[in-house]
Amino acid sequence: MAGKLKLKRKILDAGQMRRVVRRMAGEILELSGGTERLILVGIRTRGVPLAESIADEIEGMEGVRVPVGVLDITLYRDDLSTIAPQPVVKETHFPSDLEGSHVVLCDDVLYTGRTIRAALDALVDFGRPRTVKLAVLVDRGHRELPIQADVVGKKVPTSAAEVVEVRFKVTDGGNLVVIMELVEEA
Amino acid sequence: MTEIAWQQKDLLSIADLSAAEIQLVLDTASSFREVSARPVKKVPTLRGKTVINLFFEPSTRTRSSFEIAEKRLSADSLNFSASSSGLVKGESLVDTALNLQAMAPDLIVIRHGHPGVPRMLAERVSAGVINAGDGAWGHPTQALLDAFTIREEKGKLEGLKVAMVGDIAHSRVVRSNIELLNTMGAEVTVAGPRTMMPVAVETLGVRAVYSLEEAIRGADVVMMLRVQLERHKKVMFPSVREYFQLFGLTRERLRSAKRDAIVMHPGPMNRGVEIASDVADGSRSVILEQVANGVAVRMAVLYLLSGARQEAGA
Amino acid sequence: MTLLIRNGRVVDPSQALDETLDVLIQDGVVKRLAAAIKPPGKAEVVDATDLVVAPGLIDMHVHLREPGFEYKETVESGTRAAAAGGFTAVACMPNTRPVNDNRSVTEHIVGEAERHGYARVYPIGAVTKGEKGEELAEYGDMVAGGVVALSDDGLPVANSEAMRRALLYSRHYDLAVIQHAEDPTLGPDGVMHEGEFSTRLGLPGLPGAAEDAMVARDLLLVEDNGGRYHVAHLSTARSLELVKLAKDRGLSVTCEVTPHHLLLTDRDVLESGLSTHTKMKPPLRSEADRLALVEGLADGSIDVIASDHAPHHADEKDVEFSLAPFGIVGLETTLALCLDRLVRPGLISLSRLVEVLAVNPARVLGVAGGTLKEGSVADVTLFSLSRQMTVNASRFRSKGRNTPFDGWKLRGRPVSTFIAGRHVVV
Repeated sequence: MAGKLKLKRKILDAGQMRRVVRRMAGEILELSGGTERLILVGIRTRGVPLAESIADEIEGMEGVRVPVGVLDITLYRDDLSTIAPQPVVKETHFPSDLEGSHVVLCDDVLYTGRTIRAALDALVDFGRPRTVKLAVLVDRGHRELPIQADVVGKKVPTSAAEVVEVRFKVTDGGNLVVIMELVEEA
Repeated sequence: MTEIAWQQKDLLSIADLSAAEIQLVLDTASSFREVSARPVKKVPTLRGKTVINLFFEPSTRTRSSFEIAEKRLSADSLNFSASSSGLVKGESLVDTALNLQAMAPDLIVIRHGHPGVPRMLAERVSAGVINAGDGAWGHPTQALLDAFTIREEKGKLEGLKVAMVGDIAHSRVVRSNIELLNTMGAEVTVAGPRTMMPVAVETLGVRAVYSLEEAIRGADVVMMLRVQLERHKKVMFPSVREYFQLFGLTRERLRSAKRDAIVMHPGPMNRGVEIASDVADGSRSVILEQVANGVAVRMAVLYLLSGARQEAGA
Repeated sequence: MTLLIRNGRVVDPSQALDETLDVLIQDGVVKRLAAAIKPPGKAEVVDATDLVVAPGLIDMHVHLREPGFEYKETVESGTRAAAAGGFTAVACMPNTRPVNDNRSVTEHIVGEAERHGYARVYPIGAVTKGEKGEELAEYGDMVAGGVVALSDDGLPVANSEAMRRALLYSRHYDLAVIQHAEDPTLGPDGVMHEGEFSTRLGLPGLPGAAEDAMVARDLLLVEDNGGRYHVAHLSTARSLELVKLAKDRGLSVTCEVTPHHLLLTDRDVLESGLSTHTKMKPPLRSEADRLALVEGLADGSIDVIASDHAPHHADEKDVEFSLAPFGIVGLETTLALCLDRLVRPGLISLSRLVEVLAVNPARVLGVAGGTLKEGSVADVTLFSLSRQMTVNASRFRSKGRNTPFDGWKLRGRPVSTFIAGRHVVV
């Protein structure tokens, strides 16, 4: 691809991001009817800090630490045969049994829906949750599969040439959501 | 965590790998070990890929380890072995390669009695080729699983003292392990009867000694090698009893190794020949961990090669 | 028929000659060597300006494979290869099927060679019947058929008693006994030289001592029993030491080396990726051995360079290293390799090269040729020191393409050969 990414506009700054996550935490509690058997599962890589942030907010509201799991979906991707070399495989782990639990999958950006499809496949290999819901920080549209989020931080209409970047303090040194645009090299 | 990409089409020899690539295999294997601990020990990663296991030599252990790894990755695997397959019998290797190529597999796992055969095959097929042992030359996945096991136990490879004891001349496990351990900065000592030590052994980059005690003194890892009784009994040493007296690992002798030294064996073991039962089953033995880790390492290799092939073919 | 080879650099160590001269040949014999010979009326004139004119080269160790293995090579294809490589004569080993241990096989080979006429062929007869290492073959009958020396090459005469008898009995015909020196019980499964690289590859080795032990034994037998003894394809430093020692003691002992043992080592087995074109007997030895051979060639302790031309079918060589047959071809590369890798860097002189490729082989075999003295048979090789060639196995005249030198770029190459004054056209 001849081109490079340039910053187009800022969607959320750190303060806005915190407020959005807090609202998402509230919606999750409401949807799940409390923290009972609730597990937040972050999809690697940036679903994990999102899940942690939501867990922090829930703890602030309810005084209960909700368990956070980590899901690596690499092995379930449907595009492995078209990308080379192979992406690095990282570990998946869950803090508690999924059987009968209420799982909320957390991811930073919802786009084609393929990652979530892979995550659902992966999840059922670990047990049979009672319900699975989806929480995303940004929904940028352009779905290729019939998948919708239950909790959305912010809906952002985008074009295919744009890239939504979510940055977290733990992974990227600061909390920020921006839209980058692919521009042709001069 | 290593941040390099796997680019090789084949895994033929440890000598072809850089330290970073070895690291990548081991790191990837770490992730795969978790898969074997799941309630559903299977991921769809290699769905639709065909893996051919081509064994020209009998091998229960390595073959089943590869088979399990393939099944856990959802690959379609099929086995040809010299005894059961007309494909292989009396047919030249070149024809075998052409036949395999026509079947369009994605990966071929090959064990052969003659060194260099996996490389010959790799040059003639577009599939990725994994060397599962060729003659006494190499057995790269064994070396990787041994390294993985050592790293799990010791947290590192660099600076460790590793002793390998037994039939150095005819062991493919030794050659691959030496290459890997040297690349990763471990210090290797080999020991065995003089009749089973190859000429110019020090050119492999090892220290060679001729007593078990001397080999394992201060060692972090003691790796005992299988004595191929059927092959050597007559010529290389006079009797099993005498071999055990000279080079059998007993609990007594293990005392000269470090207190936390681990004991390894690539299997299958001859209890009472190269290793005493109480050592093999003892607390320092990681022999069964090696077997478990073998599956994870082979999953990692299959996974990495299945991606690289696309690029090679593109 | 008259031929004048003009203005070439005549290199003939048999008469200590190295100068620009004309060579006049009449009725198959060298008539006169002189500067600026006026061509007689009906003489054919060959301009040899910038070329070397040497006594016809003789490769005293080749396998023509006929009868029995015509799919590997025939007398016709092998002698064409010889001519293309600058050789006017070859001596062919008896390990055919049937073995050349009797006059009818000898005569068949000689007949084929004469019919095609590309090069002279001197058959070497078997030392023992069927090369089995036991009963002596009928030397007298074979000599009558054209045999010029004896060997069980491909195999050693391992049995000491058989060797002793061969040395004794061969004296009746003044035949050299050419030994493939290898103790077959030492390193019986070996496929390459035993050393650093066999260790690294995990391949069973052929120890140098297997050659040395056989040479040592034979030399003791020669000392006690006489006979003319010639070590084929000598490959180790220690065997060379033994040969030198025997020569010092006045024994009638000679030896040959191959170009590949002078130029390649066991490291090439590894570095070629176990190419079966690095597999031969004796195996490519260590660098120390190689250096000793080069030195022995320079100091005169090695008598002959011979190719051990051993053609095999591509299907036979295109297999696992351990299963491949031993041997490589050499007729079409030997001269160019020697010119480029031995003479050009100054390891040996040009005159020394002609000595080991022409003069000495004729002497060991006791055949005509090897000289351009007036009155001698007019077998002549012309070659260039400056023309370049790239070895291209696919264009060999030999049926065998099994060479480790494919693709080598060489400076110096054969140009043409003359047998008894007749220009050989390949």
